[in-house]
Amino acid sequence: MAPVGKDMDTILEQYPAKPEYLIFLLQDIQSSYGYISQESMQQASDHAGVPLTQAYSVATFYQSFRLDPSGEHEVRVCLGTACHLKGGQRIVEELERRLNVEAGGTTADMRFTLNTVNCVGACALAPVVVVDDDYHANTTARKLEKHLKKLEHDVTADGEGQGHV
Amino acid sequence: MYSLNSALRVDTPRLDSAEALNAYRENLIAGQDPNQTLVVVCHGTGCMANGSNRVTAAFQNAIEGADIKAKVMPGIKTTGCQGFCSRGPLVLIRPQGLFYQRVKEKDVEEIIQRTLIEGQPVERLLYKDPQTGKRIHTEQEIPFYKLQERVVLHNIGKIDPTDITDAIAAGAYRALAKALSGMTLEQVVSEVEQSGLRGRGGAGFPTGRKWRSAMAAIEKKGRPVYVVVNGDEGDPGAFMDRTIMEGDPHSVLEGLILGAYALGAEQGYLYVRAEYPLAIQHLEIAMAQARELGLLGENILNSGFSFDARINRGAGAFVCGESTALFTSIEGKPGNPRPKYTRSVEEGLWGRPTILNNVETWANVPLIIDKGGDWYAGLGVPHSTGTKVFSLVGKVNNVGLVEVPMGVPVSHIVEAIGGGVPGGAPFKAVQTGGPSGGCIPYHLKETPVDFDSLTKAGSMMGSGAMIVMDDSDCVVDVARYFLRFLEEESCGKCLPCRLGLTRMREMLDAFSKGVGTERDIEDLISLSQAIQDGALCALGSSAPNPVLTTINYFRDEYRAHFSDHKCPAGVCKDLITFSIDPDACTGCRSCARQCPNNCISGEKKQPHVIDANQCIRCGICKETCKFDAVRVS
Ligand SMILES: Cc1cc2nc3c(=O)[nH]c(=O)nc-3n(C[C@H](O)[C@H](O)[C@H](O)COP(=O)(O)O)c2cc1C
Ligand code: SF4
Ligand code: FES
Ligand code: FES
Repeated sequence: MAPVGKDMDTILEQYPAKPEYLIFLLQDIQSSYGYISQESMQQASDHAGVPLTQAYSVATFYQSFRLDPSGEHEVRVCLGTACHLKGGQRIVEELERRLNVEAGGTTADMRFTLNTVNCVGACALAPVVVVDDDYHANTTARKLEKHLKKLEHDVTADGEGQGHV
Repeated sequence: MYSLNSALRVDTPRLDSAEALNAYRENLIAGQDPNQTLVVVCHGTGCMANGSNRVTAAFQNAIEGADIKAKVMPGIKTTGCQGFCSRGPLVLIRPQGLFYQRVKEKDVEEIIQRTLIEGQPVERLLYKDPQTGKRIHTEQEIPFYKLQERVVLHNIGKIDPTDITDAIAAGAYRALAKALSGMTLEQVVSEVEQSGLRGRGGAGFPTGRKWRSAMAAIEKKGRPVYVVVNGDEGDPGAFMDRTIMEGDPHSVLEGLILGAYALGAEQGYLYVRAEYPLAIQHLEIAMAQARELGLLGENILNSGFSFDARINRGAGAFVCGESTALFTSIEGKPGNPRPKYTRSVEEGLWGRPTILNNVETWANVPLIIDKGGDWYAGLGVPHSTGTKVFSLVGKVNNVGLVEVPMGVPVSHIVEAIGGGVPGGAPFKAVQTGGPSGGCIPYHLKETPVDFDSLTKAGSMMGSGAMIVMDDSDCVVDVARYFLRFLEEESCGKCLPCRLGLTRMREMLDAFSKGVGTERDIEDLISLSQAIQDGALCALGSSAPNPVLTTINYFRDEYRAHFSDHKCPAGVCKDLITFSIDPDACTGCRSCARQCPNNCISGEKKQPHVIDANQCIRCGICKETCKFDAVRVS
């Protein structure tokens, strides 16, 4: 898979070869490739000078790392307290049903990954769903589905949420 | 629109003394025209999420293209979160202070024509007082702002957080100049002690005392020592720290530099939650610009004192807000808390003496050094000095970020500033302190909001989230929500937390399904005590708080679940049924079309019926119905 951002060599070059940079390396890999492959984990641990097992335990401890490829679009439903009170859980269930995927998973066609997140700091706009980098405020599963349908058919529909951060 | 190497707007010499910095500030102020018309657009996460950057772009295009015959061209400024996010995108017109809310791109032309050219307000964009129905013109007149006391937040919404010159003109780094040009390390620590400042990250530990013991540890162990900002803001439903880092990053940075100076630290770390991309970006810009001016890095202001800092992005683990977990995470490892046989001030990051403070705590430090510990101690109440920032969310009219002196009653925040519950009913309870805190019921609404009074009421200050609940929120559901959150976030290292929280959550699950006995409530309480006593870190030991306080104040509501199989708030799915009120239903069919289970039937223009056996209680019909005909019982 081609990286969206920096390629592997650039990522490795940025950081001194020290264990404390392991998380930085994995974060950059995650954001460029959408997940941490076996191979990239090996390269990161070699560069940081830690055993592969340590890289593995870091990658599994922190929620922002994925070990499987993620879908083309990431849908993150906020389940922070404010969003919970305003029906965030219902949105997750509804999207699970409509996309036919469990939270945390990716649709079979690799179009969408459905994730939950505990607060994105926009609580005043609850419930909030972030599609890629697009924020959907005061949203409902119904409004979102329309948007996701568009994304599915139309590559140019990116960025149609209320706003970017 | 921001880039790291965005050149500073004014020629920037490296400042080589405190006097040079002060002169530079004077110069900047002299260059500002207080009468210049400024269009100020909020670019906090909330307003950006509502498209404020498109509003800004529309202003830019229009102003460049328009033939505005004002003496000076109106300027455009973007700021951090102005606090009233629920009304965003916000646009202020200075110097008049006109406050426009919910501004969309299509409104821009009218604002330019009516306000910038003709000098009149655009009535329909002004804030309408829900009580009087009157439009309010300026920010200062709106109760939400008028009743606050903005001390820590004083620059936020006024300065452009990506432009250090704007911050300096507003007073940033004045405290640093003061400290470097004449205060000893000892004096800096004494001022902080004198202020009575207590940590804003949750536990409320006196900051001065923490710094003092770090000094003692340095006596014993020598240097290096580290200073660290806790910007993990893990409490889900809180955005105080996000707002400060985004809107006034220099206040945090200056505080950190002052702390470093007091302890002789050369390296600092800012640990920032990964979900806050804008905060990270603004801090990076702030640090780069401060380095250019000689306020950070080698030989700061030529004083011989060198200090630099770096940002660590969190990777999505709530427990990393805990001090020892945060240190192990900075070291590049999984963030497991460790037993605190020795305190972090003695043995923190890399095993060295370390002071860790919360974002808001650090942001208070420059104010204290600038205006004096005594001044600060005069704010708030004796054992809780200063102000506190709260994020006010949930079932309240004015959702947003508020700052008040410590010690004001809950009602002042929720009712006077927050405008109470939509619809006018009294609130049911306010959850403070997030997953580690507890709730304050309506009848205790005069409880003063300070560290000790909240603890006495069974809750705690926590980091400053205030979640307002009304009659449609179920306390069992909320307690269960927090427990599930902590259960997922538990690092699993110690047994009481790992197994205890799961067991507690299972018991609450059962209540929410109508299963349970009075005995279960007692068991829940004793299990809570065991976890409080046995857990290694405060994630576990404070986890039972929401359960205990809700049982304490709302035991009848718990009982209703298992004795009467009812959820009085109409939330717990297994105990509610959806039906359609035939008198209110117009037969518009929209719910029937939306029902994912196709269990709503009826002829067009005739009342519809929900098949209760098929209903999965998703609530979509209720959400869809424009005539409020769907009932929950
Ligand atoms: C599980 C857990 C999570 C925490 N999360 C945070 C946090 O997100 N931000 C924070 O400032 N403090 C957090 N704390 C408190 C810190 O451990 C620490 O007390 C605080 O950062 C010290 O700074 P202060 O004295 O300025 O409050 C957390 C504590 C625990 C036990
Ligand atoms: S109390 Fe919970 S989070 Fe804290 S160390 Fe124990 S298992 Fe980990
Ligand atoms: S709770 Fe959803 S954004 Fe904070
Ligand atoms: S983000 Fe604009 S007011 Fe909060």
